[in-house]
Amino acid sequence: MNKHMENKILNKTSTLEGISRVDGRLKVTGKAKYSAEYSVKGITYGVLVPGTITKGSIKTLDIKKAEGAPGVLSVITYLNAPKVPGYQTDKPQAKGMLKIFYDEQIYFNGQPIALVIADSFERALFAASLVTATYNVEPHQTDLIKNRSNGFTPRKDYSRGEDDAYKNAPVKVEQEYFIPTEVHNPMELHAIIARWDADDKLTVFDKTQGIKATQKNIAQAFKLPPDNVQVTSPFVGGAFGAALRTWPHEIAAVLAAKVVKRPVKLVLSRADMFTSVGYRPLTWQKIGLGATADGKFVGITHEAAGQTSVYEDFTENSVNISQLMYASPNVTTRYKLVSLNVNTPTPMRGPGEATGAFALESAIDELSYALNMDPIELRLKNYADTDPLSGKPYSSKFLNDAYKLGADRIGWSNRNQKPGSVIEKGWLVGYGMGAGMFGAYRGSATVLARMMADGTLLLQTAVTDIGPGTGTAMVSIASDIMEIPAGKIKFDLGDSSLPPSPTQGGSSITSTVGSAVNDACKELQAKFQELNGTTESGKMDYVQILKKHNLQQLEVTTTSHGGPEQNKYAMYSWSVHFMKVLVHPATGVVKVDKAVSVADCGTIISNKTASSQIKGGTIMGTGMALMEEAVIDHRYGRLINNNFADYHVPVQADIPQVEALFVNKPDPYINPIGAKGMGEIATIGVAAAIANAVYNATGKRVRDLPITPDKLI
Amino acid sequence: MKQFQYLRAATQQSTLDAISKPGTKIIAGGTNLIDLMKRGVTAPDKLVDITHLPLKNITPTKSGLHIGALALNSTVSENGIVVQKFPLLSMALKAGASPQLRNMATVGGNMMQRTRCSYFYDTTMPCNKREPGTGCGAMGGLNRMHAIFGTRDKCIAVHPSDMCVGLAALDATVIIAGKKGERRIPFTEFHRLPGEHPDVDNTLAKDEMIIGVDIPDNNFAKNSYYLKVRDRQSYAFALVSVAAGLDISNGTIRQARLAMGGVAHKPWRLFEAEKFLVGKAVSEDSFKQAAQIAMQGAKAYEYNAFKLKLAPATITEALKHASGLV
Ligand SMILES: Cc1cc2nc3c(=O)[nH]c(=O)nc-3n(C[C@H](O)[C@H](O)[C@H](O)COP(=O)(O)OP(=O)(O)OC[C@H]3O[C@@H](n4cnc5c(N)ncnc54)[C@H](O)[C@@H]3O)c2cc1C
Repeated sequence: MNKHMENKILNKTSTLEGISRVDGRLKVTGKAKYSAEYSVKGITYGVLVPGTITKGSIKTLDIKKAEGAPGVLSVITYLNAPKVPGYQTDKPQAKGMLKIFYDEQIYFNGQPIALVIADSFERALFAASLVTATYNVEPHQTDLIKNRSNGFTPRKDYSRGEDDAYKNAPVKVEQEYFIPTEVHNPMELHAIIARWDADDKLTVFDKTQGIKATQKNIAQAFKLPPDNVQVTSPFVGGAFGAALRTWPHEIAAVLAAKVVKRPVKLVLSRADMFTSVGYRPLTWQKIGLGATADGKFVGITHEAAGQTSVYEDFTENSVNISQLMYASPNVTTRYKLVSLNVNTPTPMRGPGEATGAFALESAIDELSYALNMDPIELRLKNYADTDPLSGKPYSSKFLNDAYKLGADRIGWSNRNQKPGSVIEKGWLVGYGMGAGMFGAYRGSATVLARMMADGTLLLQTAVTDIGPGTGTAMVSIASDIMEIPAGKIKFDLGDSSLPPSPTQGGSSITSTVGSAVNDACKELQAKFQELNGTTESGKMDYVQILKKHNLQQLEVTTTSHGGPEQNKYAMYSWSVHFMKVLVHPATGVVKVDKAVSVADCGTIISNKTASSQIKGGTIMGTGMALMEEAVIDHRYGRLINNNFADYHVPVQADIPQVEALFVNKPDPYINPIGAKGMGEIATIGVAAAIANAVYNATGKRVRDLPITPDKLI
Repeated sequence: MKQFQYLRAATQQSTLDAISKPGTKIIAGGTNLIDLMKRGVTAPDKLVDITHLPLKNITPTKSGLHIGALALNSTVSENGIVVQKFPLLSMALKAGASPQLRNMATVGGNMMQRTRCSYFYDTTMPCNKREPGTGCGAMGGLNRMHAIFGTRDKCIAVHPSDMCVGLAALDATVIIAGKKGERRIPFTEFHRLPGEHPDVDNTLAKDEMIIGVDIPDNNFAKNSYYLKVRDRQSYAFALVSVAAGLDISNGTIRQARLAMGGVAHKPWRLFEAEKFLVGKAVSEDSFKQAAQIAMQGAKAYEYNAFKLKLAPATITEALKHASGLV
């Protein structure tokens, strides 16, 4: 037990179950407004025209027919687009975000070549079909496996101890693993409404994970003072990383609004979503894992090659998990990028780590069979008590508790170490596990807290809620501290004019903004105490105090961030996933019978939304394991399944029973609320857990995802 | 999407008059046609909505059951007589698409739905079915979902329907109306193999419409099973599916009906395997042999070779379920 544990930590008064989503009613009644749903006077509609070659340049563009089509206001191409001021750099050849309608170059299939703006969506769509182009076609490369030797090393290889030490270990596993491209595909399509309010003033209703980042990026692109760009995005229908950055279509909409001098709404199509807003990159990996006969790791070597575009280098932490997860004296990691004629990837839930954990946690499972040792025991044998990378103590780590909780709940004792040995009603039964970790972060956020005369508490900050229930968690924290019911608290978010908050990503918002809410509420309480002349903390009659002093309201604006503890401790969140699967011996069909995911991520602020968050991540990992795969026909460099009929995500029938459990022990150092991130770890390790369970069921090891029936017969 | 005219048909006759003009197409549930129009695969000038015609009836006949062309997939799958007498059809329907789609989709539309081949759907790719003479994108392409029976180099697409696999096994008859009156053809002869004209899916003439199907009474109700193997548990097209109906007496098979989906340009009836099973005792062994017979003439392409294994395994499993062995 950590001796610093008695420190501070949230005084939890809310029930174990936690409050219900504060915006739940708005969402289920359709009253929550998403970016495309704002009614803006004089609105026009934009539709992008995707290019149809994979590499080369535009030779001719014919937009006459489209321009003449009914209702069309403008057709924007690189030939007539006004210059985006931010695109003018002194290094025009430098890599960076795709510059839309900039020149004739084509870097990937589906790259927009025109934007049609019309007075209705249907008319814009029709006119878009009339735009034709001819191209100078050049040979393209879209196949990572074929081009793996052409990769480059974007960051230094890592090594501790001896290089490739696994090779000399008494027991070893050496295998290659592969994950295909996986696309975020949130339910809500990316959408933006752009409106110029004056020559130098802009309003956007935009699907984004980062209010202030979008404000800054758009301001930079159009050389405006950031305050002149109003960004509104109170509701986001899922994003998973796809709305972490400002994409070319957002710039295009703002540009178009300038051209037609009217507001422009641009909603990506589902097909556009596959080539416009990133994806989890297709990645090749190789693991060399060596151990002593009693299961102590001798060395891990983890290599990866991921794909990126030719115009931008997207790197992720695919191999880093092998540096961090276990106490191995020798670790070597090598990471390569291969530039291909594809659009740029972007972080997708559990970025890098989810990819890396599939390889590492599969390899550990393979080792457990080679050693004939229980996979949990093997992991405990190599449990890291201090951060193997930095040598620093952990701020908190109870992963071993998580192992135990999960093993009990899945019924791990029913697992037979011998693969293919359990049959229930004609189906092979298998159990598997996979663990995950992700950095636990805390950034800086500013929160305004205002107590009103009627006892309503208003909280404001420019964060978004992409679905995890940020508002609910913030209200829950404030309710605990102020000792007022959740129904009396209003949390305003999703508006750039509010005090600054960081981008919602990297599982950092509850930690960052939650701490700021905590600090703001405490400061507000102190202000009330001062006013009231009391010293003891705790419940106060805020309404009476305001009345007594003839005040309409009392408010504070508090900025909150971490301190020296950030450097003193290694901070991570941890997870473990247990799966029971059924595999049909004749048809190779895999059914997840039961999934149990356990998170060790500090204090659970809001149990309901936290459980949903973990379940959602487990389901996403199930998709990664069993079905998700964006497929390119390399002859054409074109995706062949950019729609929801052919690109499969799990449906209800694929996810019968998912349970989320929490260790729920506060982290004493990371922040005043003891909570760490959980969004990413929910997905990290799931794919391996399923692959491992499939092996336990069948004796067949699938190292290339997804695990479809054809791979098991 | 191109602009088009929309007409609501008042009568069967006015429908037939309308579709005899070029560029005019029937629309029923619209679940396939509208997608194809959105993707630019087809661009009719005029749509004739037939959903108000009185062709929704499901009525017993002297020798079986009549189902109108406009009966909804969901209605048919839940109809009491269908569930009781032709459970194979109900199972096949429920294995298809999603409840929402089945609530819109009609029997006639289901029969007329087009292949889901990605190359057919993408107008920038070659496809002899969409645009005769342009080649076949799936040959030498990503053909994991494609046919192993009855293919020609011109087209290796599969017919995607589940319902049709059930109806093929059940010896259904298609009732067609045309200018010259009605005609009836066996279900198994309604769809065709690609041959030299992969652009033609079936034997319905351009100026004809489907008005219904008839299913004859049979003894398969007790021993029927539809097994669909797919990439997810629901809402995915078949990798391979099998409709199996057995007439069993004292452990001996008196008659068998078998059809496969996901393997050919049409619902693939397994006549030879059926013949083999007649007179055999119910046993996994004879099912396996029947499955081997069924596979004669199968031919795989680069990515669908697994079907050579999956198909016989699925036939065997379906027969095991139908016969009560599992
Ligand atoms: C995402 C998705 C998944 C699906 N999954 C499956 C699946 O797993 N299994 C499966 O079997 N199906 C599946 N389907 C297909 C679905 O079954 C068909 O779309 C549906 O049956 C078509 O019926 P409809 O009435 O909507 O036809 P429509 O779209 O209205 O018409 C389709 C075609 O039939 C013609 N037509 C309609 N009625 C008649 C008539 N009476 N006479 C002559 N021509 C006519 C139309 O002119 C048109 O060419 C899926 C569809 C989608 C979109």
